[in-house]
Amino acid sequence: MERTVKAFDNDLDALKSAAAAMGGLVEAQVADSVRAVVRRDIDLAARTREVDERIDDMEIEIQDLAQRILALRSPVASDLRAILGALHIARDLERMGDHAKNIAKRVSALSTVAELQGLNGIVRMARLARSLIKDVLDSYVNGDTEAALRAWRRDEEIDEMHTSLFRELLTYMMEDPRSISYCTHLLFVAKNIERIGDHATNIAEIVHFIEEGSRFAESRPTSDDASVTVVDSTDREQGT
Amino acid sequence: MVTNGQQDENPAHAAARVKMQAKKVAVFYGEAQALHDVDLDIREHTVTALIGPSGCGKSTFLRCLNRMNDVIDICRVEGRIMLDGEDINTPSLDTVHLRARVGMVFQKPNPFPKTIYDNVAYGPRIHGMTSGKSELDEVVETSLERAGLWKEVRDRLDEPGTGLSGGQQQRLCIARSIAVNPEVILMDEPCSALDPIATARIEELIDELRTNFTIVIVTHSMQQAARVSQRTGFFHLGELVEVGNTDQIFTNPDDQRTQDYITGRFG
Repeated sequence: MERTVKAFDNDLDALKSAAAAMGGLVEAQVADSVRAVVRRDIDLAARTREVDERIDDMEIEIQDLAQRILALRSPVASDLRAILGALHIARDLERMGDHAKNIAKRVSALSTVAELQGLNGIVRMARLARSLIKDVLDSYVNGDTEAALRAWRRDEEIDEMHTSLFRELLTYMMEDPRSISYCTHLLFVAKNIERIGDHATNIAEIVHFIEEGSRFAESRPTSDDASVTVVDSTDREQGT
Repeated sequence: MVTNGQQDENPAHAAARVKMQAKKVAVFYGEAQALHDVDLDIREHTVTALIGPSGCGKSTFLRCLNRMNDVIDICRVEGRIMLDGEDINTPSLDTVHLRARVGMVFQKPNPFPKTIYDNVAYGPRIHGMTSGKSELDEVVETSLERAGLWKEVRDRLDEPGTGLSGGQQQRLCIARSIAVNPEVILMDEPCSALDPIATARIEELIDELRTNFTIVIVTHSMQQAARVSQRTGFFHLGELVEVGNTDQIFTNPDDQRTQDYITGRFG
């Protein structure tokens, strides 16, 4: 139903557009940061880090717009949730941007290494994370809580990949101590991607809150066992 | 800023005693039906706000609660309204006595053309509630005190009530209504003729008054309902669409019509 005060709708539309645009930028930044790692492309890494400043500025723009709407319109109910939701989404996107920046930072260290093992796992994780970001942003724009829930459940796959990549990198390090340096960097890259996935699930939760005024009924899925994973020499002898 | 009207998180609040109860209340003005089957519990020591667009029936409902509709010839009220479990529409019930128990404050401050003192003393006098001047003095002082007006008028009790500012006049009317020690106070748009500061003082007062009284307030200002009440009922086209805790109504209402109204989507 149309609102009597149309300027209010325009404000809310502007807020949502700004959050969605910020999301698009973060989605590209995440992809670029991983591409820079894979290609060990120092220029691309530098550009990716610069984009982060733009992302930080966008969060501030969203905060200012939200503050103005709160002050001038006294929003309630679904309007209030739309504004609170946009603020929270902007915060999660900003964090995702920071993680992407951290990924890009590792390119210069990795560029000195002739051959990297474990990149395939990184690429797979990043591909999944990127599609997760795209899906939660689409669910936000379309107000589609079903799509948000589907994306939210898929974070489990990223967590599983993270655990498995963690084991893989540990194995390389045990086989050849010269790999410890780059594998450690790759571990951090994997961790950053895993955190990006977590922020994407936060956004899915926010979409549900905006649309329904409640949280998801089920508890958050998690299959990230990297923090409790140990690879000992027996594992290596068995070739796992 | 007023800081009253904090949402009552106390779980015991949900179990607050029901002071007044409307059961299937319908009101007709001649052939036209203004209210349809309203069921509403008014909880004790709680501020219940009634909101809704003009003509939705909220004032009509409020006026049922102390039989103010009796004075309108063509008005007919069906259903039952209970005060402490007793039907207030029982023919034997004395409406003067009822209105002493269920007082009312109107939209426009309407002090009598009498002194400030006599405005407040009027009710206790006609109900014969006091014996002697000193007792009446005390009731007048306590009532003005409770209405937050005593300090401003203590030295000018002999001046006409109509000489006060709008906000003071409204607080005088509140003092007048609480002088007869009512159990329930009905307020019909009590701040619509007041400026923001005077409004804030009345809202602060409403929050204090609920310690001793049960309050039902009709307001056009949704922000006011959100600020002062613990329970909110939304009326539309003569129906009570939704009633619930005020924080729930303003954050996540159940009914789409409530959502549309509070977010400004009603034509």
